[in-house]
Amino acid sequence: MTRPISPHLQVYKPQITSVMSILHRLSGIANVAGLVLLSLLFIAAPYGEVYFMRVSNILTSWPGLVVLSLFALSLSYHLCNGIRHLIWDTGRGLTMDSVRKSAVVVLISAVILTLLILIV
Amino acid sequence: MAEFRLPENSRITAGKTFRAEKRDGNLKEFHVYRFDPDDGKNPRIDIYEIDLNDCGPMVLDALLKIKNEIDSTVTLRRSCREGICGSCSMNIDGTNTLACIKAIDEINGPVKVYPLPHMPVIKDLIPDLTHFYAQYTSVEPWMKTDSAPPDRERLQSIEDREELDGLYECILCACCSTSCPSYWWNSDRYLGPAVLLQAYRWIADSRDEATGERLDALEDPFKLYRCHTIMNCTNTCPKGLNPAKAITEIKKLLYTRGQ
Repeated sequence: MTRPISPHLQVYKPQITSVMSILHRLSGIANVAGLVLLSLLFIAAPYGEVYFMRVSNILTSWPGLVVLSLFALSLSYHLCNGIRHLIWDTGRGLTMDSVRKSAVVVLISAVILTLLILIV
Repeated sequence: MAEFRLPENSRITAGKTFRAEKRDGNLKEFHVYRFDPDDGKNPRIDIYEIDLNDCGPMVLDALLKIKNEIDSTVTLRRSCREGICGSCSMNIDGTNTLACIKAIDEINGPVKVYPLPHMPVIKDLIPDLTHFYAQYTSVEPWMKTDSAPPDRERLQSIEDREELDGLYECILCACCSTSCPSYWWNSDRYLGPAVLLQAYRWIADSRDEATGERLDALEDPFKLYRCHTIMNCTNTCPKGLNPAKAITEIKKLLYTRGQ
């Protein structure tokens, strides 16, 4: 008889720890998708101005800008949280207190960085 | 490969509800995961309503009250009832902890009690820990020496002894390992936080002379490096220990050794 597996994702409360972690992974995937999107510009460029402008128009349309903003947010989050991981790898900031604080710092800096990218 | 959904035989169905007879007490519902290996049915959630005015303060008190007074078939491990044996580890209110030191009044709404997550269930709240213990055995958790035994105990300075603080207190309740998503998806090869903390306990021991050998054994993409510093382990440890920190120390030793 095979034993049942006890519930896991279904019952485990989302933790600041696990949510930050899965967001790091998701933003990593989103960054690749975003890079592909941006590189469409470079792919289109050799075909001439018409094609370049066509892609450019899509990217700078309203929906395009929303997607690009999300890409900026994803990049910023991944960068900030990546730095957090690098600090952890040195053995620092691994108490629960620092982990909670650095999570807040990462979230706030990611938003600020995104706004800076959008303004500039 | 990570399997996010529960297999067919593990999906939870609704169970029975046991209402309190006297309606005027301080009533609280306990939703308890039940699995009977003999009835051929899927796991279910039974609901027990108990009067907190007539019950001890901890979740374990409530579970034992249920077992003694309402439904004697509820099955769970427990021993010391004071957080030192690690037997009553389970998933309570969404996180892993020891039922004996988890206060009922910390929990809003119904108290949901499941076995430790992503483990084979023997019965009700009892997971099969065979694999977990085998992994513990695999790190050879005893002192290994090459030097000739001295005439007395192997001594340790106070500073060297302090290196073991936060490590020796681990009671192997498996709360941390079963809180770790990486362990959920890769427990066949990833050792998990509890066992890695125990491995580090011997690496960090100044009297142990097999440090190099122990590090060799851990230098593996799965055994050690499935740890992605998610930190659920440290967040849930009922003894307030820090398995993630111990794992990082192992990674650091492997890195500096390669320099």
